[in-house]
This record gives sequence, structure tokens and C-alpha cells, in this order.
Amino acid sequence: MTARIIRVLIAKAGLDGHDRGAKVVARALRDAGMEVIYTGLHQTPEQVVAAATQEDADAIGLSVLSGAHRYLFSRIRELLKARGMDDVLLFGGGIIPREDVSFLQEIGVRGIFTPGATTGEIVDFVRREVGTRRRESP
Amino acid sequence: MSLAQRVLKGDARAAARLISMAEDGDPAARSEMESLYPHTGRSYIVGVTGPPGSGKSTLVDRLTERLRLERKKVGIIAVDPSSPFTGGAILADRIRMQRHGTDEGVFIRSMASRGQLGGLSYGTYDAVQVLDAFGCEIILLETVGVGQDEVDIVRTADSVLVLAVPGLGDSVQVLKAGILEIADILVVGKADLEGADQVERDLRGLQEIKGGEPQEWLLPVLKVEGLSGVGVAELLRAIEEHKEYMSRSREGEARKRQRLEAHLERLLAETLMGQALEILRRSGKWDDAVARLGRRECAPHKLVEELAGHVLSSPSSR
Repeated sequence: MTARIIRVLIAKAGLDGHDRGAKVVARALRDAGMEVIYTGLHQTPEQVVAAATQEDADAIGLSVLSGAHRYLFSRIRELLKARGMDDVLLFGGGIIPREDVSFLQEIGVRGIFTPGATTGEIVDFVRREVGTRRRESP
Repeated sequence: MSLAQRVLKGDARAAARLISMAEDGDPAARSEMESLYPHTGRSYIVGVTGPPGSGKSTLVDRLTERLRLERKKVGIIAVDPSSPFTGGAILADRIRMQRHGTDEGVFIRSMASRGQLGGLSYGTYDAVQVLDAFGCEIILLETVGVGQDEVDIVRTADSVLVLAVPGLGDSVQVLKAGILEIADILVVGKADLEGADQVERDLRGLQEIKGGEPQEWLLPVLKVEGLSGVGVAELLRAIEEHKEYMSRSREGEARKRQRLEAHLERLLAETLMGQALEILRRSGKWDDAVARLGRRECAPHKLVEELAGHVLSSPSSR
């Protein structure tokens, strides 16, 4: 009962109803022994951050296929910062053009997984990043 | 400022953190929980239980909607099952409640059952305490989808709602022992579906069967349509009435005591068990006993008597 289980929030934000990818990732993380809070479709950035707060999520994974990734990630990052939640790992995936990847990295999205990424990569990434964060601020 | 102090000031992040720490068994959670304890006991706890897919989350969402009209601060704890194989879980009760997600007067927390089979998790009790101290006037506690025997909720909630829905079996199911017996209020969910009237009739039959002595609390059976919200106001009134009944009846008094006893008993059992195993392992008696059991030298009951005797006479157990 003393092991800290990793809690990940998987969210779909904005006008984007395609959640197949989000569900696949949610299942892979579950199968890796994590607790995945799945919030469903059409979330606003405010809802995503409120949920991450109440659920004490270690990480937020955002799936965006609508093209609104620049706005959605920026806004979520901003809200996290305002609440003093910079330590929450933000990662995402979806249809994200290569030229936007560096923009997202600059604003603090730590991992971006586009089509072709394996679930194994995502699981390893979350484990590694959350592990580092916990060692830094237990 | 300590986490406990921040929780008392209404800091949602601190409340969320403390719930995780308690549920992970973090030793640091203990002193925080201790300093919260004097500030608890003010919330009214409503348990919601029923089979998987019966509409528990939707009902919780509807109740919250109403309670917010009355400006009550609401806490929601929703438990979903952990995988028995990997320990992982998908917690998806929030999906039905997301419209309350950004309402500062609502705190929603999803929890995984983490191997507990009674419909709740080890951490649920602590989570209730945290939300109580956080200032939630009412806490809605949703169990995992249950079958017939998962009745832990009755040891945590002040009022227990049991949801039944059409299509899950005939009237004999209603006669069986277990989940229906713990209900303070029976709710026929999805009342817009065909067969709801029959479920209602079957459940009403329970009122007559229950108990030999005349009951002071006549088990209400209420129909609710989760999708449209029809019947939710009446349900909330029934909860109020039950709350009132519990506050003045001997049954309410007795339930309160039983709950405290059950909680203390569980903690005592855990503590004693941990200490006993440590004493036995340290002295080598444990390995020895397992070996003797394997060789069929001594029957298990006899062996346990010996082990218990050893623990009780051990100097470190005094």
C-alpha cells in the first residue's frame, strides 16, 4: 500500500470528437499499471486543468486532431502556471505538423506523439518523466 | 502552511494532494489526517450504489445540479475498479459530471478500488474526511458497479441509495440477500425504459417483507429518469427526510455507532496483523509454521492457536 501509483489525465479538448487514439493510449497506460482519468470529449482548457487539480494528476495527456493544438496547449500551460502546477507533466498527440512541434516544445509540452508512435514509447515516456519529477519534488 | 491547514482554508490542490497521499499509504499523510480529524463530521454522506451501467454517475450529476441550485458545496467521490492483473485503472465517472468540473463549489475525485472487493477502496474513508474538512456540506459517494454482495458503502454513508434498472432479471432477484438490504432509498433508474414499472412493483414488495417489527422508516421506492432529470427533486426530498429520520431515531444512533466501531475495528485489525506478522517473522516462527503445515505435521487451526499464543506472550507486544 505504499507504492505511489502514477495518475494520468487523458483529455480531448475543443471541437474534436475523434477519441479512438485517446482511448488506445488510456488503455496502454492502464495496462502499464497506471490510473487513468478519462474525461471524455469537448473539454475546455479550464475543465482540463480543474480536473487535473482535483484528481492530483501527475500528467496530462491531450489528444488533438482538430488543428487547434497551438491554442489548446498554450492555454492549458498558462492555466497550469497560474495555479502553480508547473510540475504537472504535459504531453500530447494527434495530427500535429512538424513545424508546430518545436513551438509546442518551447512552451513546455514535453512529449509529442504523432501517428506512428507506439504505445510502448508513450508508456516509457510517462514513467520516465513522472519518475524524474517525483525525485525532484517529492 | 501544512497541507491540513491549506485544506481547511479551502485549497483544492492541497485537498487533492492529501487524498493521494492517504490513498498511497504515505506515512506523512497520517499527521495531516490527525490534525484534520477535529474538523470533520459535518458533511452529510450519501452513498450511491448499483450494477455497472445502471446510471450511478448520471444520477450523481443530476443530484449535484439540484444541490448547486441550493448553493450547497458538494464533494463527489467516484470509485471505479482496478485491474486485478496490472493494478491499473480507467476512471471514467467524471465524463458524466464534467459540467460541474469548473464550478468551485464542486470537488470531484475519481478513485480506483485498488484490490478492495466491497465496492469502495481503502482510501475512500480518508478521502471523505478530507472533503468533509474541506467544507463540503454533502458528499456523494459512488461505488464501483456492484453485483449482489458489495455492501461496504453502508459502513461509510449516512444514507444509501441503491439503483435498480429494468432488464436485469426477474422478481426473484429482488428476494436475494445483500445489496438491496442495505438500501435506505431504492431508486428505479432509467425509468423511461420499458419494464421500469415492473421493477418498481417488485421493489415495493420488499417494503412489506422487510423485518418482522413495524419499521419506522418505510423504504421509499422512487423512479428517476437520469437523462431528463425527472424524479430527481423527489429523490432529494427523500434524502432530506431520511437525514431527518436518522438524526432523531434510535436506528440513526445505532448506525453511527456501528460505523465508528467498524472503522476502528478495521484499523485495529490491520495494525495488530502487521505487528503479529513482524514478531512471527523475526523469531522464525512463521517459516517454521509454514513448513510444518506443508509436512502435514499440524493442522492449520492448531497452528494458529500456537502462533497467536506466541505473539501475545512476546515482550514486544506488551
